[in-house]
Amino acid sequence: MKQLDFTVRSNDKLNDQNHLLKVVPSDNEQLPEMLPGQFVQILVENAQHTFLRRPISINNIVPERNEIWLLVQSVGEGTQKLCEMAVGGRLNMLVPLGNSFTIPSNPGSYLLVGGGVGTAPLLFLGKKLHERGIACDFLLGGASEKNILQRSDFTAYGTLYCTTEDGSLGEKGYVTHHPVLQHKKYDFIFTCGPKPMMVAVARYAHERGIVCEASLENLMACGFGACLCCVEKTTRGNLCACTEGPVFDINELTWLD
Amino acid sequence: MARLEVTIGSMLLRNPVMTASGTFGYGTEYTDFMDLGRLGGIFVKGTTLEPRQGNDYPRMAETPSGMLNAVGLHNKGVDYFVEQIYPVIKDYDTRMIVNVSGSTVEDYVACTEKLVGLEKIPAIELNISCPNVKEGGMAFGTTCASAAQVTRAVRRVYPGTLIVKLSPNVTDIAEIARSVEAEGADSVSLVNTFLGMAIDAESRRPKLSTVTGGLSGPCIKPIALRMVWQVFHAVNIPVIGMGGICNWEDAIEFILAGATAIQVGTCNFIDPSVSVKIVEGIEAYLQRHNIASVTDLVGAMETA
Repeated sequence: MKQLDFTVRSNDKLNDQNHLLKVVPSDNEQLPEMLPGQFVQILVENAQHTFLRRPISINNIVPERNEIWLLVQSVGEGTQKLCEMAVGGRLNMLVPLGNSFTIPSNPGSYLLVGGGVGTAPLLFLGKKLHERGIACDFLLGGASEKNILQRSDFTAYGTLYCTTEDGSLGEKGYVTHHPVLQHKKYDFIFTCGPKPMMVAVARYAHERGIVCEASLENLMACGFGACLCCVEKTTRGNLCACTEGPVFDINELTWLD
Repeated sequence: MARLEVTIGSMLLRNPVMTASGTFGYGTEYTDFMDLGRLGGIFVKGTTLEPRQGNDYPRMAETPSGMLNAVGLHNKGVDYFVEQIYPVIKDYDTRMIVNVSGSTVEDYVACTEKLVGLEKIPAIELNISCPNVKEGGMAFGTTCASAAQVTRAVRRVYPGTLIVKLSPNVTDIAEIARSVEAEGADSVSLVNTFLGMAIDAESRRPKLSTVTGGLSGPCIKPIALRMVWQVFHAVNIPVIGMGGICNWEDAIEFILAGATAIQVGTCNFIDPSVSVKIVEGIEAYLQRHNIASVTDLVGAMETA
């Protein structure tokens, strides 16, 4: 873990709520190794009611540009300030935090299921799988077409399937209704998004004996295991989502009890 | 060169800046961000006789300039501390102080007895002020009789420096401080968190699983500062001040109000190296004002 200042290299508005920030270390320091599933904690300055850092998933790492991509959804004052960051602006971040998705060494078929801003870490995961020569399918869900973000980035690393609640893109409905889940057989499923979606995905995987990991977005203060606020109830007791997660094997969670 | 050393009971600190229990884990969580040897001391997380799973999620709610927590003394118990944690932290180049909690007087005593003889633990802090457990905790800190009772019982078995952490959720914190001083406490630390709550307007539900929780952060600083000042004038033992300290100016305010040493709490979550910056800031302040020792500032607020 490191505490570093970053400079915003670009800030692209993807839709009404979401911005993609690309940041680089301000002092040209080499980025520490970061893994898919890990996150950063960003200090939000000049926000009257925002006190704590904001945990944001690592959306992508571009080593040749020493660049971190952060997909930020404006849901409150803190994230709104982040979405308003000007190019050249400074961000203090703790990097990287948390565990990561497990990339198995054995071959198999992979499905990455995301919803809303929870699609963010799946791009980085898909890229890592792609680098290992592993083709994967992405299944992304959102309220409508404008909520399915970074589609061209995803298709660079695998096959993209989409569902929207209004039917404006892909299949109408939720991700678990997509026909690909009936037609194809997967060995590994990785998921991130709203909890009801992840529970449905976990249930699907559990019933079929598919290895499944879910990335949680529990409320946290510190992000590095000191405050003990972000606990998740597991078969091993209450564990911190920030240090023992955010990625958990679904069989460790108590969601399906 | 200004002197930063201060003494609490029989414990000499290299400087007055320590980190508050429940905000600094066992110190190991922070080693990537700072040199622990720069600190006066570290109060490790609340330790109980038996392991505790703590409260259910959600345990945290952000508030303007602060946060509410309802962690509920989540820890692996004193035996785990002695067997697994102590061997790791005993070599840290700073003072390691264990925060002891319990549900009964017997719990406090039994937990403390397991810490007696640990050579590198020069002090314990009795937590009689946790607002987040159903039994014990704050209940001991809200009356003079119960605060005195638990202090007396622990004092009988503990020869090291005994610090009692006071609750601000009382009518008169000074009288509680006097009651534990009378039973042999070497120091009082204050304040623990203020009982508060937050509600999600949309769902109409409390933001914490326990409904109420402990408020901390800069939002409590003016109240904590006032209480430190009141207690400083009520007792003859050193006061350790805390409550929303986020920079060296905050620390100096607490020292001027009467704190011999301070603890940095919630702000560790936002800037994990803030406590070292506070040490540096105090040192620079002393030099800038030509003050020989930080002890010269204790209670030196001028009102005339």
